Amino acid sequence: MSTLISILWFAVAVVGAMALGWLFRALVVAVLPQRRAHEMRKAPLTASFGILVILVYVLVAVFAPVIAPFGESEVVGGEFLPWDSTYLLGTDNLGRDMLTRMIYGARNTVGIAFIITALAFFVGTVLGLLAAVVGGWLDQGLSRSVDVLMAIPSLIFSLLLLTIFGTSVLSLVLVIATVDATRVFRLARSVAQGIVVMDYIEAARLRGEGKWRLITREILPNAMAPLVAEFGLRFCFVFLAISGLSFLGLGIQPPTADWGGMVRDNATLITFGDLTPFLPAGAIALLTVAVNFVVDWQLHKSSGLKE
Amino acid sequence: MADQNNAQDRLLTIRNLWIEGQSEDKWSPIIKGVDLDLNRGEVLGLIGESGAGKSTLGLAAMGFTRDGCRISDGTVEFDGIDLRNAQAGERRALLGKRIAYVAQSAAASFNPAHKLIDQYSEAPVVHGVMSKQQAETDATSLYEQMQLPDPGQIGFRYPHQVSGGQLQRAMTAMAMACRPDLIIFDEPTTALDVTTQIEVLAAIRNIVKEFNTAAIYITHDLAVVAQMADRIKVLLKGEEVEEADTRTMLSSPQEDYTKSLWAVRSYARAEQEETDKGTPVVSVRNVTAGYGDAIVLDDVSFDFYQGRTVAVVGESGSGKSTAARVITGLLPPKKGEVLFDGKVMPADYRSRDRDQLRQVQMIYQMADTALNPKLRLRELIGRPAQMYLGLKGKALEERVRSLLDLIELEPDQYIDRLPSELSGGQKQRIGIARALAAEPKFIICDEVTSALDQLVAEGILRLLDNLQSEFNLGYMFITHDLATVRAIADDVVVMQQGRVVEQGRKAAMFQPPHHPYTELLLSSVPEMDPDWLSELLKSRAAAG
Repeated sequence: MSTLISILWFAVAVVGAMALGWLFRALVVAVLPQRRAHEMRKAPLTASFGILVILVYVLVAVFAPVIAPFGESEVVGGEFLPWDSTYLLGTDNLGRDMLTRMIYGARNTVGIAFIITALAFFVGTVLGLLAAVVGGWLDQGLSRSVDVLMAIPSLIFSLLLLTIFGTSVLSLVLVIATVDATRVFRLARSVAQGIVVMDYIEAARLRGEGKWRLITREILPNAMAPLVAEFGLRFCFVFLAISGLSFLGLGIQPPTADWGGMVRDNATLITFGDLTPFLPAGAIALLTVAVNFVVDWQLHKSSGLKE
Repeated sequence: MADQNNAQDRLLTIRNLWIEGQSEDKWSPIIKGVDLDLNRGEVLGLIGESGAGKSTLGLAAMGFTRDGCRISDGTVEFDGIDLRNAQAGERRALLGKRIAYVAQSAAASFNPAHKLIDQYSEAPVVHGVMSKQQAETDATSLYEQMQLPDPGQIGFRYPHQVSGGQLQRAMTAMAMACRPDLIIFDEPTTALDVTTQIEVLAAIRNIVKEFNTAAIYITHDLAVVAQMADRIKVLLKGEEVEEADTRTMLSSPQEDYTKSLWAVRSYARAEQEETDKGTPVVSVRNVTAGYGDAIVLDDVSFDFYQGRTVAVVGESGSGKSTAARVITGLLPPKKGEVLFDGKVMPADYRSRDRDQLRQVQMIYQMADTALNPKLRLRELIGRPAQMYLGLKGKALEERVRSLLDLIELEPDQYIDRLPSELSGGQKQRIGIARALAAEPKFIICDEVTSALDQLVAEGILRLLDNLQSEFNLGYMFITHDLATVRAIADDVVVMQQGRVVEQGRKAAMFQPPHHPYTELLLSSVPEMDPDWLSELLKSRAAAG
């Protein structure tokens, strides 16, 4: 019986998500000007649901101080209070409001993950494309250094670096970005190597184009599809890495709210059959799924595949 | 031609066939109600431009459609079996055994990881026609009939170890393995040099006769189809234009479209008189070049003049494209030099200044890969003008528009398109516009028409010709097609294995006496006469 009910709930969630996606798409199509709306009209429901979720996260992150009922690290009551009308999601192990922490967590965790991914992509892509365009010693030097970095397990490597440089937000960003940039470098370089042999690159070189223009105008637009797909995936990995590090106590430091850390702090509740610790984990999972819905759609569009 | 009324002889009957292809969630017709009959032992030639539906029709004769296509109406009946409604298993039992297919690019169709003979024996073993042992013995004898060198051993090589022409013959032998009733040849010689093409054509023709196999021969080359087919069917945009037996079709085509196809080959521009040529705009002096230790160009010299077209002819591997790479500076020569307007140019393009880069432009064979697919025409054509001439804003837009006018594309309609929104011929025109935008004195045209249909190619040749007289351009025209040479060249350079074997004015080149290699090239160009191949083979055999 209970399995049946959970299947039912799951079905309701899926149908609800699709309905939300449909509503959101209809709304966007109505609001946007003709040209852009055309693309959106053809978007699958999964993608529009994904965009909706991402938008909600972004809004929550940006307006966190406005939305949140209490201060980020304000102790408002007893420890582990149950859900009620004042503390909608109860309180945590120190008596801070769970909902408030969740809202600020969106700002911290998502914000930092986005900055890290963007940085990793900028560095990895530029270096990867440069290696492919220039070739020779530069390529060898960069690629082999990246190989060395990639040979060390990434979690151990980040732990090591964080221990050395301390656990500030800046060092967290730089360390994870460095580790992730190596993966992006490999992808960007191999994609670009397929592109630099094309005749239009030869034509651009013979025209006397500089390297920066070669990279940005001639190669990058043609390498976007796999890079965008990788961005979605990488973003989720970074997210998990931050949460994992926070769980180990080396990530975002208390009292800053962070979803990974919140799971750890409230893990005891699980033993008592309370679902509260799963909320931050669920928030991570939902965003991961949403990002991948959108990325899949973009990838499908740029690959020109038919269903 | 066999007796059409004799039902016993009928092998393949296609009636009112409609095939639709899917694009943008819509189904649009590719083949529009075509009928086709084929008797045992008969060869039917299918000709038409690309997009005419030749290959689609060829595949439909096997009851097969590509992904995203479907047969929407009509019947395909092979020897009494309804192929359109046949079960997958039923069709599988026929394919490879009674119906075989030879693709355009043998190099892309062989599995590079297996030896030829293993791929040969796969079909007969799967269909239970022969044991592996028998298949291998059989392969040797078929390889011999296809006049492959060392037939006992060649099967034990991998596809990359034999040449393109040999691979195409091995593929035909493979299609013959089960002695099918019907073979579909989809442009089997299009990717080959003229001299190699002859051997493949002869081998295919012999073996088809020998086993009395029916065949559908798909090609866009009229002269080739004239040698191969008993009957010819002309297709245009999915519809049949006309059908007749080969001799009738060649001597008296009925429809205007067919006549226009026939007329293309007669295009030739006016002979230019020999004027005082002055200093050559580009001259190649005693150049030796190659990759690594391999020498591809061996002590080569030739000159290009403004307002004149020099055609550089030769088979693949003769070094014509390498010569172009030396001139552009992509491949610095080991010895020798390249002069522009009488002055030596730096060997490497990186050390040339902007003006030197501007003066030498290149048009590529494959417009698909030569245009950045993510840039709009405005930027594709505008960029050289912006870089070299410093045009901006309004002036740049004006320039792009006038260039589009020059290449006969409506500016308002095309300026913001992407290359993917153009046809093959239009893309090649954009390649030309991009070269012109730099206002060069000299343009290298590397096989610019070889990927295009004849009608479209003729348009490109005319355009290049007009532009030359308007801007007094010098052309280096690399090609392997002697018909193109006849159409556009003033002077001809014949290359073989990295050396210039003969050079001179066009009129002189096409009149005897020839260098033996030139003679071979000239005589290998298929002619429209259906007896041409037989007679050529006879005369070559007589000459020993």
